[in-house]
Parts: sequence; structure tokens; C-alpha cells
Amino acid sequence: MLQSSKIVNNFDWITVVIYLILVFIGWLNIYSSSFDGDSFDFSARYGKQMIMIVVVVVLLVTILFFNAQLFPAFSIIFYAFIIFLLIMVLLIGDTTGGSKSWFVIGSFKIQPSEFAKLATALIIAKTAGRENFRLAKNLNQFLIVAGLIFLPMFLILLQGDAGSALVFIAFIFVLYREGLSFWWLIILFVEILVFIAFFFLDTYLIYTILTLAALVTHRYNTGNFKESIFAFLLIIVIITVQAAIVVFFRAEINISVMIVISVLFVSMLAFIKYLRKMHFKAVIIPVLLLFYMSSVYSTAYVYKNILKSHQQERITILFYPEKDISGVGYQTHQSKIAIGSGGFYGKGFLKGTQTKYDFVPEQDTDYIFCTVGEEWGFVGTTFVILLFTALIFRIIYLAERQKSKFSRIFGYSLALIIFLHYSVNIAMTIGLAPVIGIPLPFLSYGGSSLVSFSLFLFIFLRLDAERESVFG
Amino acid sequence: MKSKFLIISLLFTITAIIFIAKLFFIQVVETKYKLSADNNTLRFVTQYPTRGKIFDRNDKILVSNKVYFDLKVVPKSLSEFDTTALCRLLKTNIDEFKKTINEEKQSYRPITIKKQIDDKEFALIEEQLYKFPGFYFEKRTIREYQQLIASHVLGYIAEVNPEELKNDNYYEIGDFIGKSGIERKYETQLRGKKGVNILIVDVLGREQGSYRNGKYDENALAGLDLTTTIDADLQAYGEKLLTGKIGSIVAIEPSTGELLAIISGPTYSPDLFIGKNLSENYKMIEQSKGKPLINRALTSLYPPGSTFKLINGLIGLQKEVITTQTVFVTNGYDAGNHIVKDHISGSVDFQNAIQHSSNAYYCHVFKRIISDPKFTNYADAYEDWKMYVESFGLGVHLNSDLDNEKKGILYPASYFDRYYGKARWNYNTVISLAIGQGELGFTPLQIANMTAVIANRGYYITPHVIKKIQNNKINKQFIEKKYSKVSEEHFKPVIEAMEKVVSQGTGYSAYTPGIDICGKTGTVQNPHGADHSVFVAFAPKNNPKIAISVYIENAGFGSTWAAPIAGLMIEKYLNDTTSKPWVEKQIIETDLINQTYK
Repeated sequence: MLQSSKIVNNFDWITVVIYLILVFIGWLNIYSSSFDGDSFDFSARYGKQMIMIVVVVVLLVTILFFNAQLFPAFSIIFYAFIIFLLIMVLLIGDTTGGSKSWFVIGSFKIQPSEFAKLATALIIAKTAGRENFRLAKNLNQFLIVAGLIFLPMFLILLQGDAGSALVFIAFIFVLYREGLSFWWLIILFVEILVFIAFFFLDTYLIYTILTLAALVTHRYNTGNFKESIFAFLLIIVIITVQAAIVVFFRAEINISVMIVISVLFVSMLAFIKYLRKMHFKAVIIPVLLLFYMSSVYSTAYVYKNILKSHQQERITILFYPEKDISGVGYQTHQSKIAIGSGGFYGKGFLKGTQTKYDFVPEQDTDYIFCTVGEEWGFVGTTFVILLFTALIFRIIYLAERQKSKFSRIFGYSLALIIFLHYSVNIAMTIGLAPVIGIPLPFLSYGGSSLVSFSLFLFIFLRLDAERESVFG
Repeated sequence: MKSKFLIISLLFTITAIIFIAKLFFIQVVETKYKLSADNNTLRFVTQYPTRGKIFDRNDKILVSNKVYFDLKVVPKSLSEFDTTALCRLLKTNIDEFKKTINEEKQSYRPITIKKQIDDKEFALIEEQLYKFPGFYFEKRTIREYQQLIASHVLGYIAEVNPEELKNDNYYEIGDFIGKSGIERKYETQLRGKKGVNILIVDVLGREQGSYRNGKYDENALAGLDLTTTIDADLQAYGEKLLTGKIGSIVAIEPSTGELLAIISGPTYSPDLFIGKNLSENYKMIEQSKGKPLINRALTSLYPPGSTFKLINGLIGLQKEVITTQTVFVTNGYDAGNHIVKDHISGSVDFQNAIQHSSNAYYCHVFKRIISDPKFTNYADAYEDWKMYVESFGLGVHLNSDLDNEKKGILYPASYFDRYYGKARWNYNTVISLAIGQGELGFTPLQIANMTAVIANRGYYITPHVIKKIQNNKINKQFIEKKYSKVSEEHFKPVIEAMEKVVSQGTGYSAYTPGIDICGKTGTVQNPHGADHSVFVAFAPKNNPKIAISVYIENAGFGSTWAAPIAGLMIEKYLNDTTSKPWVEKQIIETDLINQTYK
């Protein structure tokens, strides 16, 4: 057990300063958008947030005296508890803004999904931090980690909070750092491209482009000409059969039929390959092709049949922003007006008219960045972005100097979750991403978000204070 | 592991650069968001000033204001609301309402949903208005008339037309502007100055308070009150006497040039031209019998008839072509190609000529004026005569403060040169000018002013209708005396004769016991129908208080209708009573419009 003074000395105060500046900026802007000109009021949002900040400071001090070994030790229990809460919230939770993700206790509301990120980070660090863990070699280990990530993600998706679920994508980057193939990132990236293309291009055209891309990649991947010809023929057959269906049945082809045919062919191929004990790599590209085709199909299906009309519109408006500024595009449009009206230097503290008078929805939670943009201008927004970037880099830097794998994985999780939150949030407010309701870490009003992020950060800093130790 | 760290770092860096670039574009480069923000948050509510009130000469109120409200909305700020309920509340047609809203759907500029809501309806609507966020009231005022008189003089206000909007950028669509009369002539004084309240409104159009604590607000400045020279009682009485007649009465206080009454018949009620039914009523009045819209007192040109003999007499005396002792044998006047007939014959002197309105006598006088040997030719003599006539305010712009005042007809010699050929005309050619017929046309105002010159023994003060603007003194031009070219001593015999006209001459029907009225009858030949009846008069003979001209169209001799009306008017003004109620009754009940016009 190290002495407390050593922990304090080893504590990374640079990160703490950046953190405090962000929290202070957040509070100022919450104050500005919820202050109504009367005297200070603790029941107003800025008052509540101030209470939460005090709570967080107490936590900070408490964590300093924690035994760092406790974090890996309790990670399984904590994860189990959070999963329990995520299930409970589905049963007895309170619905706010379309998602059933809140427990109401007195005048405070708690959102377990905010803590799920922390719990998942802990359990992943614990699992992947083991010395014998080899992600690329051991399929069982891979599946366990994937399961640990997808379980809370799935439960949060069930709550109707797609934004918070999306954040779990951060773990792919963490696993990438821990040995996951670069191809997984490419797969993810291509999937995002396919998703965007869905809104601009004809479905059949996307299929054709995917097929050609698959051919090129396959050739490059295997370097085996025979394999390429085989894959190429396979694709030709699939497309021909599909075209034949269109021609002979003179009917609008059902995309699901196409998928089923593709699945049959590819399964057959995989089975033959398996019997011949040939290299597994040869079937990767056709499988991926199938994956993307299915994702286009499922995007279409989800978009048309599952998403509620307002959700459809939220996505559509991203790609056609000028379509209807008073309807669906309203939030994004108002948010841009607010930020844009700030100009270079901003209108000044408490001078924002757009955010103060409710033109921007959620101006102190998800759209807090609008208040920054309006009142502090380009100077303010750039400062906030630089602060976030600095914070993330600092955390990555700290993570890399850890002796313990547990601490490193945990640090990477922290950095990437902050990154995903901040980038999705800001992209949304400036119209670069669809309206996905997730808070801006440290700035947005909301106790759950502030406490969970602070806890996340402090646990990591506490681990970093004993960076020469090994945990797990 | 180094490369993986770099790839992840690259992701962070590129993201930050994209964000900063996009923010630079939104916040610094693009200006449209800044403009949208102002439209979004600021509502400019015009503060309409109260229009100046108008009083009569005795501080009786003629025109004041009453409050009403316009219901407005900024279409862009509208959210969902119950259209049917609102239309029921406003009692408006739902289809029209939807049309109005839809036309301007994208507009940030307020549109008026319902105009001129009175206080009763206002209370009803206001109570329910909270259900319809975005709708708000704008307070306006409308004219209110205490007495339904003097519509021609006062004029009316109505919404500005596109041309007026273009000419003066003070006005905005829906603003009111004086369209005629005092309302038009004194528009800038009456209108005051609009103010503006800048309010911050939220997304639902709810007011959140004033912008920068009202730093940029401007208060409306109320319009100035005007005190007119009109005597409301006399004006009302004159209008009553003129009931059923086409014509005009103009009364002036000679010593000041103040117009006591300006009446044009037929008239209409001024309150027809306020409020929602203005255009409907305007059409109705425009088309009704006797053309009530015409302000005959200022715009109708009549030959002066025999009243002009006074002027020719005075000019004759001044030019010394005659004296008060000059006698002509009158048995008609031989004008060469025709005889000017006369109703008296024998030897007539200056006084008798006026008293009995001899035509031949004035033909002789006019002949002497035009053939005055002082001038080398008739044209020069005529021009000189014309200058004398103009010095009485005839055939020239009086430059009064009345709206649309006409100059009248008094041709220069060159006109006759052109018409007959140079030096191809003489006094006989234009002999009808001797008796106020022919190529002459003056407004009743000019004739009343001419009478004032006689009453003043040689001068007039430019007639005017406004005495005081709030507390400011009126223009100097309405104090200055303007002298005629006839000197004071020549007026005495003319006035003596005018007194006889009333006491024992052609104007006896104006005679009023106890008041020494001096007058002169006239009959204006009317080629289109029955002659017009004219009478001019002033009273009392010494220190005259009132000078008056009365024109009654198609009423025959001046003594028939014009003279008794003048008598009643003078008595009303001086004594505030009438000694001849039966005459009054008969006059009021006579409907010449329906008798003479079929």
C-alpha cells in the first residue's frame, strides 16, 4: 500500500485542470441558458448542476484514498449490477424524450446507461487484461469480449436510446489497440459508407459497386488468381440469378430473396472449402460482401418498417438539410443559427438570444454546444474542441505509459468513449451527423452523465497514480 | 503498437480539424445564420402615435380618436393551433383565413389577421388569445367625430396607397394618411411620429421582455392638436340650410381672414369614412346624387355674376373713369352686335346701379375702363384692369391652407388676342365681364374673400382654416394684410349702396332687423340649366364680423335662395338666433336637388 502523499504526487494534475476547465465551461453555459434573471436558485438547472459538481469533487477526493486493486476486483460485480439495472429500467423505468432509460428517485433522475459504459470498460479491461489473452488467436476469447460489449449495448438499444448504444462502438478501437485486426476498422468504415450511400444511391447500384469492390479486394487479399476467378464467377452467378428473377418473374425483386440466394451460395462455398481444408481467408471477401448486402437490406428494412417517422426524418434531414427547416430540420437549423449567430467572438456571456429563449431545443443538455457557440463565438467553440482533443490525447498518452494492461485498456476505453461522445454530439449540433441525443461529456446538464464521466476519469487517474503496479 | 497509436491519434486530429473548419464556416464565413437569428428573436412592434385632435374656434372638439386593435401574427413563428376555434373567435371565414396564412407562410414579417377590432370584441378575443401562441394585438387609433359636420374641410384618413408609400418612406403598408382636407394638408403635424418597441420573443412567439432593456426602443410622439377657425355651430347651421341644395357657403372673419364656415352641399357624414366600411361608403357617396364628394367651396368655378359689379365699380372709381356722381342713361347697353338687357331704365347713378344691379351702367363703366385714354390700346387697359381684379384675390391662388384650392379663371389679354386676333377685340367684345358673366370663374372662397376686402375697406388677410397648431403660432402669411389696388375712400359709397341692396334693393330677402347687413345679389347664367343664385354680404357695416358668399346652383335669382340663406347665417353668427324661423323652415325643407335633377 502506497502512501497517500505519493498518490497525490503521482496524480496527473494536468488532466484534472483540463477536466475542471471543461466542467466550469459547462456550468457557465448551463447557467446562461437556464438563468432567468432572478437571484441564484438551487432548484434551477444551474443550481442542481452546481450541487452535482460538489458531489463530484467529494468523489474525486474519496477515490484518492481507494485501494486501486479494488477496481479490477469489483469489475465483475459492478458489471453484473449494471446489467441488472439495465434490465430493471426496461421494466420499471421512466420514459423521457422517447427513451425508457431513467430511474426516478425523488427530484433526481438516474440513467443507468451512463454508468454502463464505465462498467463495460472495467469488465473489458479485466477480461482482455489477462496475460494469456490473445484476441487475434483465440476465437472463444474474442466471442466473450464481443458478448460483454453487445449485452449492455443491446439492452440500451431496447430502451430506445440508440445514441448511447452507438457509443459502445468505441470498444472496437480499444480492441484494435489490443490486437484486433485493422480490417475490423475498415469493415466498420465501409459499413458507415454503405449506410450513407443508402440515402443517395439506388440499392441495386450499391450492390453492383460492392460486388466490384469485392472483386478488386479479393484479388489483392489472396493474390491467388484461381481463387479470384472462382470468387468472381460466384458473384457473377449471384447477380445473374438475381437478374433472371427480375426478368422472368417480371416483378419487383424482393431484396430478401436476393439475400437468401446469396447466403445459400456462400454457405455452399464455405462448406466445400472447409471439406477440402483449404485456407479460411478465401471466403472472407464473399462473406463480407454478404454482410454489406444484408446491411443495405436491413437498413432499408429498419428505415421503412421499424423507425418511427420522426426518426426516419431525423436521418433524412441530415442528408437533405434544407428540405424542411421548420419541421424536422428544425433542431439542426436552429442549432446552426445559434452557433452561426455567435460570429467570431460571440455575443458574450448571458447575451445569447437563440439559446436562452428556447429556439434551440435541449439547449443545456444535448445542445449545450450551441450556447457555447452563440455566446463565445468561434473562439469559444474552437477552445472547447481543443480542450477535448487535448484531454483525449493526454489520456491516451497516460494509458500508453501503464505497466498494467488493465490500466491501459481502461484508459483507452475512457479516451475513446469521451471521443465518441464529444464528436457525435458536436457533429450533431453543427449538422454533420443525424440528431442523436447523447450528451457532451462534462459540459451537458445532467448528473448521471457528469458523475459517470468523472468517476471514469478519476478511476483512471487513480490507476495512473500507481502506474508501476500491475492490476487485474 | 506505435502505428496503432498513430492511427487512433490521426482519427482525433482529423475530427478536430473537420469540426473547427465547419465551425469557421458557420460562425465566421456564412452570414445567413446571423440574419436568421435577428428575425427569430426580435419582434418590432410599432407604437402608433395618437393622431392630433381637431378643435373648432371655440375649442369645441371636432375630431378625436378612439382606440381599436389589429390582430397580428408572424407566420413563421406559428406552431400548431386550432384554426377552427380561432376563426370562430374572430368571426372570420376559415377558408380566407387559411389562404392568408398560407400565402405568407414563410414570412417573418407580421401580417394583420383582423383589422379594427373595437374594445368590446378586443376583450372577448384577448381572453382566449393565450390558446393561440404567436398572435398579438397592435393598438391603433381611429378617427371619431363629435359632430357630424365639416367633412369636406376636415377630410378623411385612409390606408396609404402604393404611390404614397413610394413617396414617403415614413409610411408602411397599413398606415393611415390624410387623404383630403385638413387631414391631408396638415398630415405631418397631425400624424405625430411612430415609435417602436423591440421585443425578444421565443420560438413560440411568446414575449420574453424588451430587447436590451429598451435601449433601442423609440416612443411614439403624439400628433399635434389643431385649432381651426371654423365655428362649429355656424358650420352646422349652414349645412342644415344647404340640405337638399347644391351649392356652397363660405364665411370669413374679415379682420383676420379666419374661415368661419366652409360648406359645400350636398355634404355627407364624416363618420362614413372611418373604419372598415370606408371603401364601400366612398363608392356609395361618390355615386350619389349631386356629387357630394366635390368640395364646391374650393373647387367649383362659377362666374361671379352681378356681385362682380362691386369690383368694376370700385375699379372705375379708383381709375377715375367715373365718380360717385356719374349718371348713365340705362336702356340696355348696345354692345354692337347685341343689346345687354337691363331690368331698370332711365337715368341711374352709382348708388342706384348697385342697389338695383343695373347691367347697362356697368357696361358703361367697363367700357370707360377699357377705353381709358391713358392706355395706348385696349389690351393694355385690360391687363391693367386684370391686375386690379387680381388684387382682390380673384383669379389667383389665395395660398390658403385649404386643400386643393383652385385658382379660378381670369384670362390675360393675350387669350383674347389669340381668340379674336390681335387688336381685333375691344370692350364690347368682352362686355359680359362688366357684369360678371362670360370668361370669368371664381370659387365661392374667392368671392367670400372679395367680400372681405370690401368689408375691410381695401385689404384681406389670406383666408385660412387653422388658427393654432398645438401651442404654436400660425404662419406669418396668415397675419399679413394684403391691400387691393383700390384705396380706402372708394369703398364707402360702394358699402353704402350694398347696405341699400339689403334694406331696400334686390337683396331685401337677406334683410334682418337690427343688423346692418351690406350685400349684393347675383345671378349666374347657366347654359346647362336654371341659373345659379349668388349672394355676397358682410355685417355689421362698421367693424364687420363676418363676410359671406352663398352660391345655390340652379336656384334662379340671387334674391330667391342665396340672399335669405346669407341673412340667416349672419344673424346666426352675430346673434346666435333667428328672427325669421319661417324662412329658415322653408329653406331647410326645400329640396332643390330632387326638383331640378330628374
